[in-house]
Amino acid sequence: MATESPAYKRVIIEPVTRVEGHGKVSLLLDEAGKVKQARFHVVEFRGFERFVQGRPFWEAPVLVQRLCGICPVSHHLAAAKAMDRIVGADTLPPTAEKMRRLMHYGQFFQSHSLHFFHLVSPDLLFGFDADPAIRNVVGVIRKHPDLAVQGVMMRKFGQEIIKATAGKKVHGTGAIPGGINKNLSIPERDFLLKDADKMVEWAKGAVEIAKNYTVEHIKTLASFADFPSNHLSLVRSDGALEIYHGGLRAIDADGKKIFDHVDYLQFPEYLAEEVRNWSYMKFPFIRSLGPEKGWYRVGPLARINACDFIDTPEAEAARKEFFAAVGDGPCNLSMAYHWARMIETLYAAEKIRELLNDPDLQGTDLVTKGERRRVGIGVIEAPRGTLFHYYEVDDNDLIVAANLIVSTTNNNESINRAVARVADTDLSGQKITEGLLNHVEVAIRAYDPCLSCATHAMGQMPLSVELYDHEEHLIDRKIKD
Amino acid sequence: MRTTTDAKIAVFCYGNPAREDDGLGPELARRLEGLSLPQVTVESDYQLMVEDAALISESALVVFVDAALAGEEPFSFRQLAERPEAGYMSHSIDPDRLLGLTRETFGRCPPAYALAIRGYSFEMFKEGLTDRASSNLTEALSYLVGFLRTEGAEQHHILRRGTAGAGERASGGLK
Repeated sequence: MATESPAYKRVIIEPVTRVEGHGKVSLLLDEAGKVKQARFHVVEFRGFERFVQGRPFWEAPVLVQRLCGICPVSHHLAAAKAMDRIVGADTLPPTAEKMRRLMHYGQFFQSHSLHFFHLVSPDLLFGFDADPAIRNVVGVIRKHPDLAVQGVMMRKFGQEIIKATAGKKVHGTGAIPGGINKNLSIPERDFLLKDADKMVEWAKGAVEIAKNYTVEHIKTLASFADFPSNHLSLVRSDGALEIYHGGLRAIDADGKKIFDHVDYLQFPEYLAEEVRNWSYMKFPFIRSLGPEKGWYRVGPLARINACDFIDTPEAEAARKEFFAAVGDGPCNLSMAYHWARMIETLYAAEKIRELLNDPDLQGTDLVTKGERRRVGIGVIEAPRGTLFHYYEVDDNDLIVAANLIVSTTNNNESINRAVARVADTDLSGQKITEGLLNHVEVAIRAYDPCLSCATHAMGQMPLSVELYDHEEHLIDRKIKD
Repeated sequence: MRTTTDAKIAVFCYGNPAREDDGLGPELARRLEGLSLPQVTVESDYQLMVEDAALISESALVVFVDAALAGEEPFSFRQLAERPEAGYMSHSIDPDRLLGLTRETFGRCPPAYALAIRGYSFEMFKEGLTDRASSNLTEALSYLVGFLRTEGAEQHHILRRGTAGAGERASGGLK
């Protein structure tokens, strides 16, 4: 062992680091040197579905959290919802459902806050063409110290909610088949409630930053990584924004409904996945439209586009402002994801405050069950988009089949389109410029991809961009750590 | 997790228990928590996160515990330096960058150490430590407990004397 070296030395963990995976973009040119196709690759392999086979079904809500250190709560809840079906728990006791919702809102709040304050705010506050030396979180801290503290404390608040509802941060056990294993104690409630108003106010401030940036740069953003697309999300039965439980709605680029209020148990009849030989990630699409026209966006922008309204006052006011600025009908600007994400952050903050004042959280009726089933499907809106869990269980209570379509996989085609759009605009000649690399990075970041989740593996996230000629010979390569 | 108002040493253990020896950090956390050392807060997670900066800024001393793919056996223990740089897109953060972030955000950062416990196998979706890693863990825990008891007593002494605020103690070498 070594204990005496005073010199700084990094702990060697890179090959098993726990975040988004390795981002690699290939740009394929045609004979005229124009961008023919962009491919956003991930380099890991899938394997989780096999991992859960043979495991008792009640372990699934805990096991699936190992998919991803970024949004384990989303997988935890999606699996728990699927297992509710297995145990026949069609309607959960109010305490159970509200505890799960609180956990989910906490997850949204912390995930969106982290993305915005630590990954995106440098782009918005300094402009995404600003010098990378200042366009980073340290630059934000130095120029906007109050904002930096808010970012950390908002993230911490969301994590405290998860801890209070899921029991712990690693392998939380809060949600179980048919319900929840704990309620929220009065001390836990009071601990969280004391900061709830402040979180709403800070979230409003974040909405303002995203709004101001978008409105100020709307002309530039209108041609940056923009493309028409379908949009998919859950919605509540009355059309409200809904992230925990609802029906599936898909709209086209003009806002016309492709399907609406579809029971998500029927999702395999409406959605399919295409395999392409160059990607480990599949490409989901709406069956009725086919793979060419049926791909869609998910996540904050898709949800804001698909819903009819938001049932919290501040977020609804923000949603109206959003459409007043970007125009009626679905917004197809990739960069508008950031504003939509902050509207959802505000929504989550309002929902958290509302729930913390609900005495049902102190109830003691925590679990229910009904007629046993062999198939369990759970669908939830994760921070990055719609998340599908499908399981089959045998008579011995063991999982015999599983399929997961995760949020980033749902956005797979959209991310490719965004990159292609940027490359088509920016590429000049046969060299990858810093400007192109920078714009590719900004476009991908709008979708907040989580590649560890999508590929069921972990890895670091340097961004590698490669340029190939029409004969698929590598002609240039750049890496951004 | 135990959080007390007088806890001045924060131990951040991280890793994925579903990747064999990558679970060294969380397993050490589990055992360390069982010892209920005074003035010690134990955090366990898949990875370090930016919000950890808040607790770090309030601590007098920080230890990061992680698995190491390569390097010295059974473990290495080194002082860390702050690194005021931002990563590209990471939702997690390295210890050195986290220390830099703490300094930049809260204006203070305590001395910090990295305990890197040597692991050998990091297969995905495979639980449990290898025998060699488990043995390394035992030795690392023993060393860490001794270190924390020494440092914990020192922190208590310093705080009682009022000669240095938490997080501002000049860092020396290892004991």
